Amino acid sequence: MDFETIIGLEVHAQLKTHSKIFCGSSAAFGGAPNEHTCTVDLGLPGVLPVLNRQVVEFTIRIGLAVGAKIVPSCRFARKHYFYPDLPKGYQISQYEQPICEGGEIHIFLKNGEERIINLTRIHMEEDAGKLIHGDEIGDASHSFVDLNRAGVPLLEIVSEPDLRTAEEAETYLRKLHTLVRYLDICDGNMQEGSLRCDANISIRPRGTDNFGEKVEIKNMNSFRNLRRAIEYEEERQRATLEAGGQIIQETRLWDDPSGPTQPMRTKEYAHDYRYFPDPDLVPLQIGKKWLNEVRRKMPELPDDKRERFQKEYKLPLYDAEVLTAERDLADYFEKAAGAAGADYAKLVSNWVMGDVLRVLNEKKADIENCPVTADHLAKMIGLIGDGTISGKIAKSVFDIMADTGKDPETIVEEQGLRQITDTGAIEQAVADVLSTNPKETERYKGGEKKLIGFFVGQVMKATQGKANPQAVQEMLREKLSG
Amino acid sequence: MAISREDVLHVSKLARLELSEAEIEKFTGQLGDILDYISKLNELDTKDVPPTAHVLEITNVFREDKVDAPRIGSIEEIAPEFHKGHFRVPKVIE
Repeated sequence: MDFETIIGLEVHAQLKTHSKIFCGSSAAFGGAPNEHTCTVDLGLPGVLPVLNRQVVEFTIRIGLAVGAKIVPSCRFARKHYFYPDLPKGYQISQYEQPICEGGEIHIFLKNGEERIINLTRIHMEEDAGKLIHGDEIGDASHSFVDLNRAGVPLLEIVSEPDLRTAEEAETYLRKLHTLVRYLDICDGNMQEGSLRCDANISIRPRGTDNFGEKVEIKNMNSFRNLRRAIEYEEERQRATLEAGGQIIQETRLWDDPSGPTQPMRTKEYAHDYRYFPDPDLVPLQIGKKWLNEVRRKMPELPDDKRERFQKEYKLPLYDAEVLTAERDLADYFEKAAGAAGADYAKLVSNWVMGDVLRVLNEKKADIENCPVTADHLAKMIGLIGDGTISGKIAKSVFDIMADTGKDPETIVEEQGLRQITDTGAIEQAVADVLSTNPKETERYKGGEKKLIGFFVGQVMKATQGKANPQAVQEMLREKLSG
Repeated sequence: MAISREDVLHVSKLARLELSEAEIEKFTGQLGDILDYISKLNELDTKDVPPTAHVLEITNVFREDKVDAPRIGSIEEIAPEFHKGHFRVPKVIE
């Protein structure tokens, strides 16, 4: 039977504030265990939470960016459950009235198709502490609690069940990652858990309207794992149904690196959170004035930048998507394209998407610290453009720039990489190659035209790649036809 | 009666309270009495009264985003069990 997968994602993004959401403890990642704690996040009796204004401002920012309705008035609620990562016995979250309702995220699939993913809501809440199990601490019979993370501000971004494939889910999460980084509200570091994702997955026979029983998957801490977990889970559900079994509503844990999802909590533990409005916090009101204030400070958003790149630099959708995935990468491209000139925009794009990203990956560097500056890249592309160097030689120049940080013109002079334009020198090299390869010459003349590639290669070798391959080929054809 | 024995069992389970048979009986009665008393409020016509989220008529109390919380001198002293910088708790497995 042909099944369709229905996926909804719940994404948690840690906000980039200095202090926690309801107290003045540091919200920084790491620190000695329990170093970033105070009376409030430890949940000591008699303390009162006070809302961090920056958290609201950050949330308004993303609400505006996704076109959500930012409600004029909302409040916080207590969500109760017992777990040692939560010292108060409840988490302060939002329930009936979240700060943002609706909104949408636009994604582009590999085939160029655009999909609009609707959001249900975005709300603010506090993160829980970290639990360490077993013998890491040298005592396998207990668990250990570090409350540094307790009270760090989180956004929960809930999508409608609009996603249909693992690819769509991964692309959606990447887009959210791009967005929170553009808005400068979350560092997006998935390894440190700054951006986390849970997925609700169900399948149904294609063409039907009812949703199947859904399974929640937690603990996917990378784009790749999200994709693998969904692919595994849709296959598991399909096999279960086809074997005549039933899907049980449950929470499963993605168990990296071993792969498959494992059941986590059974229905017996199904939560009854007993939400109620937190009496320790007063209602929050957001007026037009505040919204406008935030709106004025909004950066250019990824979708707008992508469209502008397509128009202004005449780039294909794919290029524009890759280049605008990170604000700093987009800035680098714009700087290089601006310096190289509009005619070279596509060439700049190719170099940025190819060699620049490769070098950053090899050197584990950020684009801000790219050893090849945007100006140097532009200059190098200028050298290709005016025929000083060939595209092939440019690869070597680029690698030398990456290793030394030197100016491309200096490198070309120092290494003698200037393209040979002197026809006499090329003619000499061609004649040498033909005379040292009499057999191949015969075969070419006998009709094996494919050998032209061999001759070009030999001449390029003889000239250390400095001859213009186009000119070499023309000259070879001429000599061989005579 | 405003509350059933099942309600009391459910709530005590959520609150991780172990109740004796006598206590279940007693609390079912007492909680029922409290709910009956509170339900007097239902006699009021609140059709035109917006729901109250908070008894204080103030909104938007904020703190600025500054790291300024005083650290507790010794967490270890207030922790029931403490080990290598961590609170030690009975083993929980996710």
